[in-house]
Amino acid sequence: MSSAPTIPPQFEIVDQPLDTQMTISMGPQHPSTHGVLRLELVLDGEMVVKVTPDIGYLHTGMEKLFEYKKYQQGIVITDRMDYLNPLGNNLAYVMAAEKLLGLEIPTRAQTIRVLMCELQRIGSHLVWLGTHALDIGAMTVFFYCFREREKILNLIEAASGGRMTPSYFRIGGLMMDLPAGFEHRCKQFLDDFPKAVDEFHTLLSGNRIFQRRTQGIGKISAEDAIDWGLSGPCLRGSGINLDIRRANPYSGYETYDFEVPVETDGDVWSRYMVRMREMKESHKIATQALARLQPGPVKADAPKVVLPDREAMKTHMDALIHHFLIVAEGFDVPAGEVYHPIEASKGELGVYMKSDGGPKPSRVHFRGPSFVNLSALPMMSEGEMVADIVAIIGSLDVVLGEIDR
Amino acid sequence: MTPENIEPSPEQSLSSETTPSPLVAALQREHPEWIAEVIYAFGETTIVVPREHLVATCSFLKTWPEGQFNFLADICGADRGVEEEPRFEVNYHLFSTTKYHRIRLKVVLNEEDTHVPSVTGVWRTANWHERETFDLFGVIFDGHPDLRRILLPDDWQGYALRKDFPLRGYEPYSLK
Repeated sequence: MSSAPTIPPQFEIVDQPLDTQMTISMGPQHPSTHGVLRLELVLDGEMVVKVTPDIGYLHTGMEKLFEYKKYQQGIVITDRMDYLNPLGNNLAYVMAAEKLLGLEIPTRAQTIRVLMCELQRIGSHLVWLGTHALDIGAMTVFFYCFREREKILNLIEAASGGRMTPSYFRIGGLMMDLPAGFEHRCKQFLDDFPKAVDEFHTLLSGNRIFQRRTQGIGKISAEDAIDWGLSGPCLRGSGINLDIRRANPYSGYETYDFEVPVETDGDVWSRYMVRMREMKESHKIATQALARLQPGPVKADAPKVVLPDREAMKTHMDALIHHFLIVAEGFDVPAGEVYHPIEASKGELGVYMKSDGGPKPSRVHFRGPSFVNLSALPMMSEGEMVADIVAIIGSLDVVLGEIDR
Repeated sequence: MTPENIEPSPEQSLSSETTPSPLVAALQREHPEWIAEVIYAFGETTIVVPREHLVATCSFLKTWPEGQFNFLADICGADRGVEEEPRFEVNYHLFSTTKYHRIRLKVVLNEEDTHVPSVTGVWRTANWHERETFDLFGVIFDGHPDLRRILLPDDWQGYALRKDFPLRGYEPYSLK
């Protein structure tokens, strides 16, 4: 007669399975984690007890790479961070460098920057809307969103030559002026776009399933939102009226007429509504910027920093010399450090740039809004159902390229 | 907090090029021991804080009625160079969601002693920022609840953003 085998405690059969906790790994291949985010979930039945995000799967050492590239070469790296909002990344980076250099940017360049950034913001929100709805189960919206986004990408391609990686903004201005016919195409898009937003509202906002999946889910109060450093639509969804375009205006945003949408409930639905309203506001800013476009230079008058005109290079010796020097050796940037924040589509995108006086930065750090917003995920999702995690991640609008850098 | 549009007033900003801002002057009067150095450059104000006073300074600035720096925007480390002494710095970018101004606190560290008190007790958002700085620079934040690597694997050797770390890495992760 043998004694009963001893069972390790973790394999013991418990009478009430719903009382036990289970640890599972969600991601990194889960489709609704938007890339390569992994969550360690401790579940009690369907209820989420603990969430531990695990990031870094997409880490490519971009901040190290900046230190080995000249200032103007760093622009192309920024495209690859938040790949849904590359022009915003370009803008934050070049503006930090311009702050160190003390460059004055011509009005036309500023206006085009605003126009392109707002188009890009709409494009970024469209991807968010499509994937967020897809995660929750509404598939149709995705196709409508990507139809509109295609038009924006075509406009960005027309201006810069690149769809996802434009690198359109350069230190001191723009890569080149807008092509002929751009204004007409842009106007066509802007004329049609409000109808598309109304279409999205028809598809989603009145849908009772969508409302039940989003209202009251993933709540975060205003105090907690500030404590966790949330920014952008996530912060405004909690009732805080904060937009860097208003708080610390740049590129002439103080002269545009737009509203800052604020919702007070702090749940997934509020963040949804903030972004939906923001698309209309971005449309408003873009329309104003387009109407303001006046002929003029798109590059600052700084021959040692800005590449010369191709025509001038053929006739002027000094232009040719400057071209060679900028391309071969770069330009020296005064020693010092700056932190330049902009309102990217996901929140406060800050660039910390430190120069020791040479042609390469000594340190470039990106304060990614997705990185900070994701860090509040455990706080928002603990106590919710496991299916709601998907809705909450979607409402944070995270891009892993920026989180992992 | 009301959801009405709040217009910022430019005179509230700290961006004076060389003249000491009234805010820093007020802070200096109240707590002179917290300020080792003040730098005004590029329209930004930097206060170098001795690290033993860091947490006290942060908690004070967070609730100080004149400053109201209630929002921690960012923490980032920097390596000044292998020969430099002090070698490392940790920058804290503070922002006020009511007064819309910004300030940078800086802590400088020697290579032998890279300990900084954690500010996770003041702002919970500091958690991931400090983990990132620990991961990439090896700055140890005393009192941090969960100081693990965040971007790089747990078995990673060395600190990737230090200046003496090669761009292509060490074995077994190096890129040939």
